[in-house]
Amino acid sequence: MNNTSSQEKQKQEPLAVVGSQDAFEEEMFGAAFDGEILRRFWAFIKPYKRTLFIAMIGVLVFTSTQISIPLLIRFAIDNALFGDQPGLELLHIIVIGFFVVVVINYLANMVQEFLVGRVAGNLLFDLRRAMYAHLQVVSLSFMDKTEVGRLMSRLQGDVNSLQEFLETSIFALGDLVLLIGICTVLLWLDLRLGLLTLTVVPALLIVRIVWLPYARKAFLTARETSSTVNGALAENVHGIRAIQSMSREQLNYQLFGEKVKANLTAHLRASQLSNMMVPIVDTLTGLAMVIVVLIGGDMVLDGNLELGVMVAFLFYIQRFFDPIRSLTIQYSIMQRAMASGQRIFEVLDVPLAVQDNPNAITLNQHDGSVEFDNVSFAYEADRPVLKEISFRVDAGEVVALVGPTGSGKTSVISLLHRFYDVDSGSIRIGGHNVRDIALDSIGAEVGMVLQEPFLFSGTVRDNIRYHTLTATREDIESAAKTVGAHDFICALPLGYDTELDQRGSNLSLGQRQLISFARALVADTRILILDEATANIDSYTEREIQQALVQLLRGRTAIIIAHRLATIRGADRILVLRDGEIIEQGNHDSLVADEGLYARLYKLNQGSFDDYT
Amino acid sequence: MTVSVNHSENPAPLPLVPRSARINRAAIGFDSRTLLRISRMAFDHPWRMTLAIVATILAAIAQIVIPRLIGDAVDNAQGILGDLSLSETSASNALVITAWWLFAVSVFRGLVTMVQNYQGEAVGHLIGYRLRLDYYAKLQQLSFRYHDQTHTGDVMTRGILDIEGIRQWVHTGILRIILLVVLIFGGGAMLVSLDSSLALVALAFVPLVAVGASLARLKLRALWYALQEELSVLTRVMEENLGGIRVVRAFAAVRFELARFDQISSIARHITQNRIWVFVASTTAMTFSFFLSMGLVLWIGGEHVLSGRITVGELATFLTFMTILQQPVRQIAWMVNSIARTSTCGSRVFEILDMDSDIREHQDAVTIPKDAKGTIRFEGVSFDYYDHNKEALTLTDISFEIEPGKVLGIVGPPGSGKSTIANLIPRFYDVDEGRITIAGINVKNFRLPELRRFVSVVQQDAFLFTSAVDTNIAYGDPWADRSAIRQATETAQLHQYINQLPDTYNTLIGERGVSLSGGQRQRLAIARSILPESGVLVFDDATAAVDAGTELQIRQSLSKHMEARATIIVAHRLSSLAHADEILFLDQGRIIERGSHEELVALGGRYANLLALQTTGTQGHISES
Repeated sequence: MNNTSSQEKQKQEPLAVVGSQDAFEEEMFGAAFDGEILRRFWAFIKPYKRTLFIAMIGVLVFTSTQISIPLLIRFAIDNALFGDQPGLELLHIIVIGFFVVVVINYLANMVQEFLVGRVAGNLLFDLRRAMYAHLQVVSLSFMDKTEVGRLMSRLQGDVNSLQEFLETSIFALGDLVLLIGICTVLLWLDLRLGLLTLTVVPALLIVRIVWLPYARKAFLTARETSSTVNGALAENVHGIRAIQSMSREQLNYQLFGEKVKANLTAHLRASQLSNMMVPIVDTLTGLAMVIVVLIGGDMVLDGNLELGVMVAFLFYIQRFFDPIRSLTIQYSIMQRAMASGQRIFEVLDVPLAVQDNPNAITLNQHDGSVEFDNVSFAYEADRPVLKEISFRVDAGEVVALVGPTGSGKTSVISLLHRFYDVDSGSIRIGGHNVRDIALDSIGAEVGMVLQEPFLFSGTVRDNIRYHTLTATREDIESAAKTVGAHDFICALPLGYDTELDQRGSNLSLGQRQLISFARALVADTRILILDEATANIDSYTEREIQQALVQLLRGRTAIIIAHRLATIRGADRILVLRDGEIIEQGNHDSLVADEGLYARLYKLNQGSFDDYT
Repeated sequence: MTVSVNHSENPAPLPLVPRSARINRAAIGFDSRTLLRISRMAFDHPWRMTLAIVATILAAIAQIVIPRLIGDAVDNAQGILGDLSLSETSASNALVITAWWLFAVSVFRGLVTMVQNYQGEAVGHLIGYRLRLDYYAKLQQLSFRYHDQTHTGDVMTRGILDIEGIRQWVHTGILRIILLVVLIFGGGAMLVSLDSSLALVALAFVPLVAVGASLARLKLRALWYALQEELSVLTRVMEENLGGIRVVRAFAAVRFELARFDQISSIARHITQNRIWVFVASTTAMTFSFFLSMGLVLWIGGEHVLSGRITVGELATFLTFMTILQQPVRQIAWMVNSIARTSTCGSRVFEILDMDSDIREHQDAVTIPKDAKGTIRFEGVSFDYYDHNKEALTLTDISFEIEPGKVLGIVGPPGSGKSTIANLIPRFYDVDEGRITIAGINVKNFRLPELRRFVSVVQQDAFLFTSAVDTNIAYGDPWADRSAIRQATETAQLHQYINQLPDTYNTLIGERGVSLSGGQRQRLAIARSILPESGVLVFDDATAAVDAGTELQIRQSLSKHMEARATIIVAHRLSSLAHADEILFLDQGRIIERGSHEELVALGGRYANLLALQTTGTQGHISES
């Protein structure tokens, strides 16, 4: 590499970034009140309405005791320490009264905090459960379109902000009562001094309202830059092998440095803004005290005001900025909650794909045949995926589906499992229309092995057993033996009890495939749908999988979306699909002899049928 | 729609979802070395720290003075100034003076509190800034071996949550301790000077609240971690369910999945309730004990006023100071929490920062000569990923040589050590025995970045960065011009595909962009690796997902590239390496056959066997009907 040219190059902007450039942003704030969302939210609150009612009483009692404490002190000063008949006896009575109020305050505080916290906590779990349960039954096309990350942020972040909302709105009620209560008491104690003192409240309110949008913007920027930094860090961890092998360390560090710097600046700005309020509040507090001391003090000297009232005023002033501060914070929380609520109810409103017919039957005796009768289907109205397809698979027959990407193979098997309903025509399992069979029953009769073997966290045993909780140890192990997985499972550190790392990343693709075969074997369904893995695996593993396949299909009716020549040639019958129609069918030799699409695909690509469109 | 779960329908126990083994983050640690180290980092910003500390002390003093002034005001209003009785006019004048003092001290308190908070937070952010950079750099430095053995989630947690935990030490730890010490001792002294027995009563709630709140806070901390653990299990269950929704539907396992969800959710709900209870019990008890103290002060103080020992103003001073003290005393709990949190978080972050990479550049590392023609030699190389498990090494006694323009093929069953050979050349790992040389110089003697730029490895599973296609391709040479990028993609047979993407070369790919098929990813990886100038090309099973026809085209367009370079092709598809000048057949880390394609076929050994397996391609009928 030439030195001068590389220096020239350095002058240009490099084509390089760290971290993802489009962290998904969602609307954070909505209108503070949205009647529709509140109405629907109410449906979830309703079961707890009695508890909440009690909690609200607790809030009111608590707030009133808070307000009454300075009043008691005032009463003690003006009646027991000064006044007409000062003396110990009255002082003791007042102190006893004070203790009673304190105990009530304690109890009410417990009631409000505990009940509100509990209901809000329960609400979070209820909402999450409702969404999660709904997602189990919504149409698969919704699930295909939606990223898991997005759904997770609804199941976690958004439910949290609704929980926060409930807590906040109840305590906001308390704060509002406190604010009104303090104002009322001040005016009642002395109208003139009260009015004068309260002039600082609107001043604070105005300052807060002017300040809020700036502060919010600063906090949002701080949050955003933080998530950018975290994203860049994550990339550095996940892509470390690529980074080191291409020696990108130095440049990445430089780019990361810029992001961290921006993050630092944003946080300093946010910190500045939030702390800016402190001297303002303290100045206004000081001002209120000046008013009370100057004017109130003179009134006391003149005998126009009782000393206790002045003391009470000074106490209330220490407190009355708190509710204003909480209320402005709560306002933001409410706005956030409305935006979250919107997203949550969006999920709950996603329509269901298929539902059990009320008279759905459970299949008991059936021959295990499958029949498609003039089936048409489209995901979007104007783009038909399957056009009047008819075919029959007899019990015990193995049929391979072959065809270019987009020809409708996957739709055929999705419809058979009734992930979607057909637009016209009908599909029959053992002579029964799938629409008349209970979904659980279809699951029990039709097994499915997906292209990508999907394993769950948990032990190997749990994964093979999956939901067939009745399967015994022997069932599980014999299934593993049948598909040829037993040996490698036993070689794992804890055998069948080995925990799988993140979705089985500690196993090879071939091994994961074999485990998913064993899972299908344990589920033991009469009919099996198999979407063969497209990923290239080495010849050794391929041989093992082919052998396992023979065992898996023994005695079952099977429809296979086949990619490997070995599988295709092994099938009883081959259906060739193109553009949603069956254009050829027969066995390998007859199809090759016909010299149609199949023959062309076969000649083009001896080893596999992939990568052709 | 609701799906009801009838638990009695599931006789067999549900499999417990495993909890990932993790370090006890809830540890109630006190690690003075870590705390000291972080505090030293804080004093790397001496001016800000001095300012923050001075402001903290002044704020505490202002907090003590305000109740005193309020008491004076109350007394002035009765015509009292200190021990003197005043006339109405002079009392009125005294009131004016006290009022303005009150105002001045309030404003002053606000200003110094602002400085204290801001500077405290700023130093924290600066520490966080430094640590983030250092942590990032350290992760870049640590070798493949470290990253192989580490859970990415754990590394991320340290980099995000733990650094956050350290950051807050300055303002929730150091400054708060100072504030509390001044406030409690200074304020206590002020109260004692007024009325010592009453001061005792007034401060009685302090130790009670401090100890009670701290214990509760530590308990809450433990519960919080327990909850996070359950929630992370719940997250995993939900993520897997949603990601694998087709499996769930295929097995009609909705009810099972919901039962699993409910099982963990109910544990989490239980901990949540428990937490709420601990929280409520402790906070309400604190408020209660505070109000009780206040009641006692009113009682005894009232008696003292009646007996003339103190004035009403002094009583007001007591009551206001208590009100002011209430908040900081509660914060003692947070301080204890902060000590525990900083200790744990700090030790976890420093553990990584203090780590040394096992792959380091030699002190007098040399530059690769400009006109170096890379002849690569392996001389008796042995290597193992685990620490010298002598029985079955990953590689044993590997020797070979490739000259520029020549191609070496490596083949063998999975786990035979093929990829390891590829990883040793650019020193992703260091050999245990023997040596690897390029142009006669041990690779350990080269400058590391240069070595890695010289050896271009196309990895098996290419990592895609979430960014535009061109940014991904130019990853190894960000200053490459457009035409070079285009040329690389044409060589890799990817240009056509990119051109039909919505934004062609600007299309976002990766985790959140357009997803590429396995073959497309591999072609992108090839384009990425041939873009920078390099002296050696290593294909680590880099065309497995590319179909045979395209692979041939890639090979043809690469031939010019390979003329001047040594090339190593690791593959399991024999057609990928049949043209190589020499082929090594590896099994269990040893070379068991070597020679050209023709020689190996003639040999009739393992290679010939594999060839037969791959060319016939059928294993008979899969259904037995």
